[in-house]
Amino acid sequence: MEVLLAIVIGILFACGLYMMMRRSIVKLVIGLALLGHAANLVIFVAGGLRRGAPPLVPTGADAPPELVADPLPQALVLTAIVISFGVVAFTLVLVKRTWQAVGNDDIDLMRATDT
Amino acid sequence: MCAANSPGIPLSDLAMDGAVGLIFSVFLLVALSALAPTVQRFVRGWTGLLLALGPASLFAWFATQIPAVARGETLEAALRWAPSIDIALTMRLDGLALLFALLICGIGALIVAYAGAYLHGHHQIGRFYCFLILFMASMLGLVLADNLIAIFVFWELTSISSYLLIGFDHRRTAARKAALQALLVTGAGGLALLAGLVLMGIASGSWELSEILASGDVLREHALYTPILILVLAGAFTKSAQFPFHFWLPNAMEAPTPVSAYLHSSTMVKAGVYILARMHPTLGGTDSWIWALSIFGAVTMVLGAWLALQNNQLKRVLAYSTVSSLGAMVMLLGIGTPLAAKAAIAFILAHALYKGALFMVAGTIDHETGEKNTEKLGGLVRLMPATAAVSIIAAVSMAGLPPLFGFVGKEVLLEATLESPTFSTWLVAASVAMAALTVAAAILVAVKPFIGAHLETPKKAHDPPLAMQAGPAILALFTIALGLAPQFLAGPIVGAGASSVLGEQTEVKLALWHGLTPALGFSALAVLLGVGLYFGRAGVRGVGAALGPIDAVGPARGYDAAMASLNLIASAQTRILQSGYLRNYLIILIISTAGLVGFTLFARHGVPEIRVQTIPNFYEVGLAILVVVGALIVVVSRSRLGAIAALGLVGYSVGLIYVLYGAPDLAMTQFAIETLTVILFVLVFYHLPAFATYSGKRERLRDMLVALIGGAMMTVLVLLAVEIQVDEPVSDYFIRNSAPKAYGHNIVNVILVDFRVLDTLGEILVLAVAAIGVHTLLRLRPDRRARR
Repeated sequence: MEVLLAIVIGILFACGLYMMMRRSIVKLVIGLALLGHAANLVIFVAGGLRRGAPPLVPTGADAPPELVADPLPQALVLTAIVISFGVVAFTLVLVKRTWQAVGNDDIDLMRATDT
Repeated sequence: MCAANSPGIPLSDLAMDGAVGLIFSVFLLVALSALAPTVQRFVRGWTGLLLALGPASLFAWFATQIPAVARGETLEAALRWAPSIDIALTMRLDGLALLFALLICGIGALIVAYAGAYLHGHHQIGRFYCFLILFMASMLGLVLADNLIAIFVFWELTSISSYLLIGFDHRRTAARKAALQALLVTGAGGLALLAGLVLMGIASGSWELSEILASGDVLREHALYTPILILVLAGAFTKSAQFPFHFWLPNAMEAPTPVSAYLHSSTMVKAGVYILARMHPTLGGTDSWIWALSIFGAVTMVLGAWLALQNNQLKRVLAYSTVSSLGAMVMLLGIGTPLAAKAAIAFILAHALYKGALFMVAGTIDHETGEKNTEKLGGLVRLMPATAAVSIIAAVSMAGLPPLFGFVGKEVLLEATLESPTFSTWLVAASVAMAALTVAAAILVAVKPFIGAHLETPKKAHDPPLAMQAGPAILALFTIALGLAPQFLAGPIVGAGASSVLGEQTEVKLALWHGLTPALGFSALAVLLGVGLYFGRAGVRGVGAALGPIDAVGPARGYDAAMASLNLIASAQTRILQSGYLRNYLIILIISTAGLVGFTLFARHGVPEIRVQTIPNFYEVGLAILVVVGALIVVVSRSRLGAIAALGLVGYSVGLIYVLYGAPDLAMTQFAIETLTVILFVLVFYHLPAFATYSGKRERLRDMLVALIGGAMMTVLVLLAVEIQVDEPVSDYFIRNSAPKAYGHNIVNVILVDFRVLDTLGEILVLAVAAIGVHTLLRLRPDRRARR
């Protein structure tokens, strides 16, 4: 499964990066969102995969049963998911305002600070 | 006198000890520097005199150390600085350090008082005091420091404070340019010195200079000797404006005159000479040392004196003459005999006294008459009698005439060259040439403005306020006193300094009258030649003008060319790298990252071996295919709605992967956030432009290739990351302590709100900033405001 997910991550990265390299500005935001998924999966897979066994402590016990999924990457990814949402939301509104202000969606025409 | 030999002794253990004064003296000046602007705000006109009390009292304290140091004792103090990397602020006061400390504090006090009057009413005078005293602290730290790293730190601090002082009048282009030039030249030398000092530390196994100096021939016989020597010389030669780096010093005359008098004649430029003198016991005496220092020193000495006479601006004449004197000191250190060491120290002292005075007089003349050109000055003696007296005394000392201390300095210099075991004839000829040219320069800059017919000046001249007269007058008095009783007044300190240079205790005999020696004959010859050169200076300048074309390939042009090409390279690089196209930035980022990562991987680890750890189920394969298909649809879709729907597909499938691998919290968050994202996209959707295809087919292929390279790199990295197992992951701690200590059964939640709660706080902050950004962007209507 690690190999399969590594390939999936690679494809997600490739698609995200390709979208970010397009001149149409909306595609940039979508590429950013894809990149966010890919990065989250990297952290998740790199921490080691374990099927089932969520990191929960049963009621009354002090520790979970012997083997559970690693909780730390999960905590990191959880933070990352929320932050990438913040980034996408901000970029989306920025693009909307840019479109309103510049009246063009070709990134190549946005090379100067004055429009 | 006592010594705290171990560098590890904390300050409190030293509190009862006189040696702590060494560290205290530097900190006192730093504190004074920080306070200076505030003092200026309250005390105003008296600030200069008040601040001068600091260095003046340090001068008195150092003066009380002369007898002990002259007996060969040293004062040592240490302050832990960075014990983990074996760096302590160790300080050591021996003869050489004491001589410089006296010059720094003594002349420093006079300069601070002088500056108060010279810059009276300047709106940034508080800042000036701050920089000037900061420099004083750095310079004092440099000569007292015993640790190699501390020496470098103080060395750089003198370069930086010099930069601030040269560029003090920062609204003038010339001042900014000169400041930058001085910083770049001395800064580059400083880096070379750092490398040299580090090599010294490695080669000798010690970071304390006193231990290295005591190690005898260790460095001279070490394989690293030549690199060390070249690097240390590069540092010293740039700082002390030796040929071919002499050009920055005359340009530094853009600084206010107190700075020129202090930094660029009596102290900072001697830092290079100081380092050479300091290193002499451990690096000196080899053929390469003798050759390099004698030749570069002698060339600088003659060239500087020659160029001095080519100029007619007071301060530039003095600056070139300073270059010449610095060359003489380097030459003497190159000769390296006991007599030459004594001559070097005596010459440093003599030069500091008369040149400091002459610079201050030059500043006074400029200040009072508004005229800098010596050819347009004359007959000022009637208007400024006191200044004239001081100036002529200093000039006589500079010209090397009895009974002033400059004569003593020049006589020992000539004796040392006469007795030099190597190239004696050449060095004597060079010294006589230098002495003759210096006599002419002394008359030109310090006698001519006062005698002869009175020439009209832009301002009506009169003697300056007392604070401006005191500095040069006191230095002139010292020149007379030391000249009349050289053995009594200057003998102990010159002897102590020479002992440090030689690395062994020596006695010196200084006398005004040596009898009818060859040195005296050469002196007389130099004076006659000098007077002739002064009257024939038009001819000298004619020769100089004829030699003008040489300047076109000189080091100053080299500096200009280097700066110009730096600008060219910078703008070319900016054109290539900063194209303004996001795509190009991404391509450069992806390709360079993939290239570097790939290179490191294959160079260090070879092709990684991949082991399959978990076999995927059929539904897991299905999910993976869903993610991939979704991502591909996003890329190829021609409609925005289609792309957004596919993006949602990717997000929910990733969420399902989280479910399967034991991360229900992640899955829940992912589903919630994904839903929000899709809603957000759809909401903003109508305000966004439709998809458009702008790139051509070739560009799309290129981008695809780059994106695939980036993706492949990530795949390889993930496979490698899975292979790596940290010995004891920190997660075990979280798993074990979640319920007992944090009373939470969901370990992920406990990590977020308890163990790593600051991360979560940061996350909330990011969201808050994004929300503020979104809100502001939506509210912001620059066009509407502009219309209003």
